[in-house]
Amino acid sequence: MTKLKERLLYTDKDPADDRSRMRAVANNLILHLHPTKVPAPALKWTYTWGLGGISATLTLVLLITGVLLMFRYDASVERAYTSIQNLETQVTFGALIRGLHHWSANLLIVTTFLHLIRVFLTGGFKQGRTTNWLVGVVLLLLVVAFNFTGYLLPWDQLAFWAITVGTSLLGYVPVFGGAISNFLLAGPDVGQGALRNFYAIHVAVLPAIMILLMSYHFWKVRKDGGISQPIPAPTEDKRPSRVERLTTIPHLVQREFAAAVVLITAVTIFAMLVPPPLEELANPIHPPNPAKAAWYFMGLQELLLHMHPLAAMLLPGIALAGIAAIPYWDKREEDIGVYFRSKIGTGTALIGAILGVALPPVLVVIDEYWLDLPSMMPGVSTLISNGFVPLALSLGGLAAIYSLFRVVGRANRGEATVGLFVFLMVSLVMLTIIGVFFRGANMALVMPF
Amino acid sequence: MNKKTTTKNDTSELNRRDFLKMGASALSLLAVLEVGGASLLFMQPRSLEGEFGGTVNAGPVDSFPTSSVTHFPDGRFFLIHTETGGFLAVYQRCTHLGCTVNWEPDQNRFFCPCHASAFDIHGDVQNPPAPRALDTFAITVEEGQVIVNTGAIQTRDEFAPEQLAYAG
Repeated sequence: MTKLKERLLYTDKDPADDRSRMRAVANNLILHLHPTKVPAPALKWTYTWGLGGISATLTLVLLITGVLLMFRYDASVERAYTSIQNLETQVTFGALIRGLHHWSANLLIVTTFLHLIRVFLTGGFKQGRTTNWLVGVVLLLLVVAFNFTGYLLPWDQLAFWAITVGTSLLGYVPVFGGAISNFLLAGPDVGQGALRNFYAIHVAVLPAIMILLMSYHFWKVRKDGGISQPIPAPTEDKRPSRVERLTTIPHLVQREFAAAVVLITAVTIFAMLVPPPLEELANPIHPPNPAKAAWYFMGLQELLLHMHPLAAMLLPGIALAGIAAIPYWDKREEDIGVYFRSKIGTGTALIGAILGVALPPVLVVIDEYWLDLPSMMPGVSTLISNGFVPLALSLGGLAAIYSLFRVVGRANRGEATVGLFVFLMVSLVMLTIIGVFFRGANMALVMPF
Repeated sequence: MNKKTTTKNDTSELNRRDFLKMGASALSLLAVLEVGGASLLFMQPRSLEGEFGGTVNAGPVDSFPTSSVTHFPDGRFFLIHTETGGFLAVYQRCTHLGCTVNWEPDQNRFFCPCHASAFDIHGDVQNPPAPRALDTFAITVEEGQVIVNTGAIQTRDEFAPEQLAYAG
């Protein structure tokens, strides 16, 4: 048995000294994604919060439960909903597997989002890590695409109308939008063709891209010299001080294993206690009132209530492009590995967070009850009055916040960007909260209790 | 060896290695384009099936009282008979983001529950965010029957009397 294991995996049995432990990592198929030694500060929980590893673990859970679900799911309009009902009531452990898949997918959105924020706040895109930052942004979009395509599969009311709204948005994208939406839906509206397409994309196309990009993402971390770390302060004799380095076995592997076990246990208990939602069978004639998008699109949906759809898509699109371009903007490398860059950066982040909590709700209420741009500009196309005007105002607001940090706060580029980034992220969270809890029938503003 | 020197000095002349490289690249590109094109054509949406997309016989003209709105869920349209006696068939899909609008007789309006767009009896926008009036289908009246062609969706910015079809 051990012979076979050795031949297949090149493992040493129970490596006991540092040298053989390092060799074990280098020779192992999975562990060789890690370096043989890691800097001690990089292991600190409060530096990474384990978010990358948590996301990777969730992806693995999703892969396994997803494959299991494929055995019990029918991608047809007649049978999709029934097959989910069967999973919930007939199939042994069906409800648990579906629950694990559903909640892991939702949690993955949160953890990848937080991972992006962590990497940004510690300047993890610096010192030649631009490519991996871009790959990370693409991976985040991929996670969203996974969730969006998976959302349609249960074929209940929630699924049908969220996808109807989501794909109609594409219709506003100039030139290609109509063609892409037509291609995705295989027709003018959500039906059998759309269900089949979404299924194929969800279970084959996206996983293939995901596995390739994830492997690249991990590999690139190693090639870039490990995760970002502060530049060590020079010692008294002006020589750069040496950071303590620990062997990956046991220091890193043990922590990863512990985090994965806790995470999987927590998700499993949650999936047992909270069943994933399943509404009534999709009815193309009667949208529910209110018809809401998936929770992670509620921020976008909230923008849609205030702006022309083209503007409501351009605003987050521009923000996303800005996030992708950050490595080209904030090039100061001295502050790598330091949360918020500096003391000033902590200040701008705090102000950004306060503005992010305060401004969006105020603007939403003003626009809801008092401000009516189209009637203030009669005779002007709504694309301009309700689209480009609020878009320009929003972008102007962002520029004003950035200038405030630069001029009044005397922040450098990086520190001001931290403030603006935190403002954007907190605003997105606030808009999402408004969309989830404060929008009732006819999408009117309501109190949630 | 002397071959190499001649190509270095005279770049206009194509040697065998470069020719084969270029040929292989061109053929690879062609192969990629073919596979890509074939895949796209393979996945092209096929034309509509079932009732929607064909002509629908809505019934005899007299069966619709004036100022009435009748929903044809299979044809995905509302048939409107205006007070002037004209017919108008509007697509049930909201022009904002594609939800199905409901006819609310007590309010005399079409209402979209997704983002609260409202349209009057002619399909004109009463309340944004809908950017334009409800789309329409062509109507013909043949032998007292109202025939709606759901094959072609007609877009319009707002209602105009010419859009109405009259019997006889």
